[in-house]
Amino acid sequence: HQVLRIKTKNEEEVKQLQLLESLEHLELDFWINPSAPALPVDVRIPAVSVQSVKAFLESQGIEYSILIEDLQDVLDKEKQDMAESAQRQRSSSFDFGAYHTLEDINIELDHLASEYSFVEKIQIGESYEKRPLYVLKFSTGGSNRPAIWLDAGIHSREWVTQASALWIANKIASDYGTDASITSLLDKMDLFLLPVANPDGFVYTHTSNRMWRKTRSKIPGSVCIGVDPNRNWDAGFGGPGASDKPCSDSYHGPSANSEVEVKSVVDFIKNHGNFKAFLTLHSYSQLLMYPYGYKCTRPDDYAELESLGRAAASSIRSLYGTTFQVGTICKTIYQASGGSIDWSYDNGIKYSFAFELRDTGRYGFLLPANQIIPAAKETWLGLKKIMEHVQAKSS
Amino acid sequence: DIDDAGHKYCLELELEDVLDKGRTVLCAAEVLYPLGSTSTAPEVQVTAQGELRSTEEADKEFYNRIRSLEKELVAENIPDSHGNVPPELEPIHLLAWAASGYVIWQNSTENTKFHLAQVQHVKQVKRSDEDLQFDYVLLLHEMVSQEVIPWEVTVLWHPQRGARVSRD
Repeated sequence: HQVLRIKTKNEEEVKQLQLLESLEHLELDFWINPSAPALPVDVRIPAVSVQSVKAFLESQGIEYSILIEDLQDVLDKEKQDMAESAQRQRSSSFDFGAYHTLEDINIELDHLASEYSFVEKIQIGESYEKRPLYVLKFSTGGSNRPAIWLDAGIHSREWVTQASALWIANKIASDYGTDASITSLLDKMDLFLLPVANPDGFVYTHTSNRMWRKTRSKIPGSVCIGVDPNRNWDAGFGGPGASDKPCSDSYHGPSANSEVEVKSVVDFIKNHGNFKAFLTLHSYSQLLMYPYGYKCTRPDDYAELESLGRAAASSIRSLYGTTFQVGTICKTIYQASGGSIDWSYDNGIKYSFAFELRDTGRYGFLLPANQIIPAAKETWLGLKKIMEHVQAKSS
Repeated sequence: DIDDAGHKYCLELELEDVLDKGRTVLCAAEVLYPLGSTSTAPEVQVTAQGELRSTEEADKEFYNRIRSLEKELVAENIPDSHGNVPPELEPIHLLAWAASGYVIWQNSTENTKFHLAQVQHVKQVKRSDEDLQFDYVLLLHEMVSQEVIPWEVTVLWHPQRGARVSRD
């Protein structure tokens, strides 16, 4: 169907159009009826009549232009726009491609939990400065199903990780029911996601020092503040690859689990008792690592973890060509004691992996916001590969 | 291992201009880390095959723009917290990157891995000769210790003479 705009020059032409109007078999639908020469006449013409109406107008010397070439196209686009807008309304106006404050992140966590019945926001503890540690629980049922742990932002300056975690949360929630892999996964397993593992540090990177890494706890006997939360776990604690100096950015803390941010996770996972995978996000360097960091020997499950790591890195690369190096922490990055995935592995959680996301140093911690979603998307593919394997092995 | 001297590494590198991707230059380098001492910079020999694109016009444009500023340029946090660099500060950022390369070279050992994390502060200093002078405070991130270290660097630059670093 076409919509024409007809410009009449005089009363005579108006009368001609009124004649046309009376011909019911043409099924013309006048959006603006012919009334006076000065006013345009808009008419919708069914496809079958388009040619004959145009021929008529031309034979009478009546000027017209095509307002809408194909009405169906317009209607289809409008429908699509409305569906997209409705989708956007439902998923709020949260911009996953931008960096957000802690307040805004917490609001979005609430939003996800309220929008999806299988998503719940739980609090597993409090930070040193008494901020809640919020975890999103993805569960479609069952009772203490085998579970997967995913955390981000344990080092607060690594902003792409908290941002990616939000995108991933939204992705999982919105794809359940339509994506075969996610649906199958959540039908059998639970997922626990801690998007901001170090909220005190995170707030500090917004208010005071963008390069802050550690927690914000006061250290007895020192003017310096904070402990490296990824040197504070009970795995080779205090060994090589961590500093005993409070002012150091890799200070391991006065004792293992001295940091409440770490202890809360440890307690939660131990109490749950049924975690099969422990995954953690860091930046930058583009690495995909498995234990050990505290010692430079291979874990018992080396072959399987190496193979799975490579498969995950391959998935990551498939999207934008981003390459991740795979290997043990010690061989790939450096010896580092008291790390989270060493703890989880030594506590029976076989599938323990640490990701270092984009980039490799050009922007480092200050990754431009326009890379958040690409980073999240490619990382998600790697995580998904691992989760699929975990699910296959857990059934 | 080179007895009584240190550890020598022979490298084959591919150099790519991030602003002119697709064109690469092959380099061969020898790096000698001195035995024991951590206060001597490693010795480096490099040969390069091929040419990178000419930046003559962009260099001239930048030089003239800065020279014609009434007030000396001052800026901080490049990139900003969100990774943004205003277009007019991009050359300042690139110059900082080049300068950081020099500082990193002077301070590297076999157990360090440095990257420029951010330009914390930069101040132009007007000179009576033809050079541009920028006094930078650069934040260098060292991967092994995870420290982010501020470093004061003075950089002189001229379109033909290129960049030179003097340390405070």
